[in-house]
Amino acid sequence: MAYPQNYRYTNQHEWVDTKGDVATIGITDYAQHELGDVVFVELPKPGTKVTAGKSFGNVESVKAVSEIYAPVSGEVTEVNGDLHNTPETINTDPHNAAWLIKVRLANPADVKSLMDAAAYEAFIADKGKEASA
Amino acid sequence: MEAANSPTISETRKTPLNALHRRLGAKMVNFGGWDMPVEYPSTGGLVAEHKAVRGSVGLFDVSHMGDIRIHSGRALGGALAAVQHISMNDASRLALGQAQYSAMLYPQGTFVDDVIVHRLGEDDFLLVINAGTREKDINWVRQNTKGFACAVEDLSDAYTQLAIQGPRAAEVLQKLTDADLAPIKNYWFTHGTVCGLKNILIARTGYTGEDGFEIYVPSDAATSAQVWAKVMEAGREFGILPCGLGARNTLRLEAKMALYEHEISDNINVWEAGLDRYCKMEKGDFIGRAALEREKSAGVKRTLVGLEMVERGIARDGYCCCNEKGETIGVVTSGSPSPTLCKNIALAYVPPGMSAIGTPVYVEIRSQKAKAQVVPTPFYKRARKAGPQAVATSTAKTV
Repeated sequence: MAYPQNYRYTNQHEWVDTKGDVATIGITDYAQHELGDVVFVELPKPGTKVTAGKSFGNVESVKAVSEIYAPVSGEVTEVNGDLHNTPETINTDPHNAAWLIKVRLANPADVKSLMDAAAYEAFIADKGKEASA
Repeated sequence: MEAANSPTISETRKTPLNALHRRLGAKMVNFGGWDMPVEYPSTGGLVAEHKAVRGSVGLFDVSHMGDIRIHSGRALGGALAAVQHISMNDASRLALGQAQYSAMLYPQGTFVDDVIVHRLGEDDFLLVINAGTREKDINWVRQNTKGFACAVEDLSDAYTQLAIQGPRAAEVLQKLTDADLAPIKNYWFTHGTVCGLKNILIARTGYTGEDGFEIYVPSDAATSAQVWAKVMEAGREFGILPCGLGARNTLRLEAKMALYEHEISDNINVWEAGLDRYCKMEKGDFIGRAALEREKSAGVKRTLVGLEMVERGIARDGYCCCNEKGETIGVVTSGSPSPTLCKNIALAYVPPGMSAIGTPVYVEIRSQKAKAQVVPTPFYKRARKAGPQAVATSTAKTV
């Protein structure tokens, strides 16, 4: 699956799509592969403040619980409620339909420190090498 | 490089099929010191594997399990007496070719390990033990059978153990063996030629709550891979899938089969675990019996129950259980979404007063309390077929 060029990425495998001062956040295709079948999502309520680098929710596969870390700081404006009933969308369309939350950026410069698509792809390619070494 | 000098670093162990799992793109995990496949994402992953076993057939590499043979020397009777001494079920009731679920206990009535005892001969037994407890078990068996006229052999590395599980398992395996599988009842076994290999132990056992077989083939990598490939080929028409430890866990959880260090351990006794029917107090003395006698009259302080989540949330191993007042009353030993029931289920230890069906129990999930209730177990029980023709007709494709 291609990593959208206009997104930014974290080393915890979240993506950010910024439009104006609103950032849409999700987890990457690499992350959903690592998780396996997603069966449960726990997300914050609108109005919650999230902090860059801090956990804001959880994604669960049959096997395990994984925390999701906020790539940026700000206030949650919208939550993807559809995922409560169809968490498997995270496996099938992680970069689009399975967005998790939208955040009004506290500090728009946060985004600049994240990886672009090329850097992220290089990062996960390195992880692949580590795993097979 | 420095690690090589450190005596504390122990390498993870690999089964003879390790390279094959990696070629299949399996996600590997360390399980009890073993590098094992947890799921095979390229063929559908955990949930598809689970459904293949419930609806049709799946193949597991369970070579990490250990095998201990206890047999007599010249004087007959020593091995049976030894097995009776170290295990809680009554091995004297086993016919030749029959197996039983049992456990080895500490003197305090808690678990060294659970085992399957196979009676190979009049005075010849094979104990199949868990991977993570291999060394401990073998030492325990050697130590506690010293006074008996028997020989103890660790055959753990001699076998590649494959589990072929699911309603179509018999049809798949029948293609590969000259042994007639139809008359073999659950928890019985035979020996036969499998894939051209002579004298292979074929047991109608498993850890999935489904019909199925476990076969014990020579452990060299080439033979192991060849048998694996032939089983996969024979199962192709039924949509057979390679299955990992992830599906093995969800399958055994639905069937309420115990996992060591979860439902049973060195500080949980037989009565608490609810394994009474495999513990034969009347058979005579065995290690742990005196303590169990005392525990029985004292009464249990906790008991294993099945839980089903009522509110949103998945109970996981180790999560706390609370009563309505918010007081901690117990702990989850295993918890997962159930792919068969599409519910979130768990096994938990709670006080006997909270074990009645329907009792509300609150599971603490990341500092929030989610409501669950006590439900009957096993969560899943396969339909007993009336005859060999009445096998389930669904296949992996339709579920």
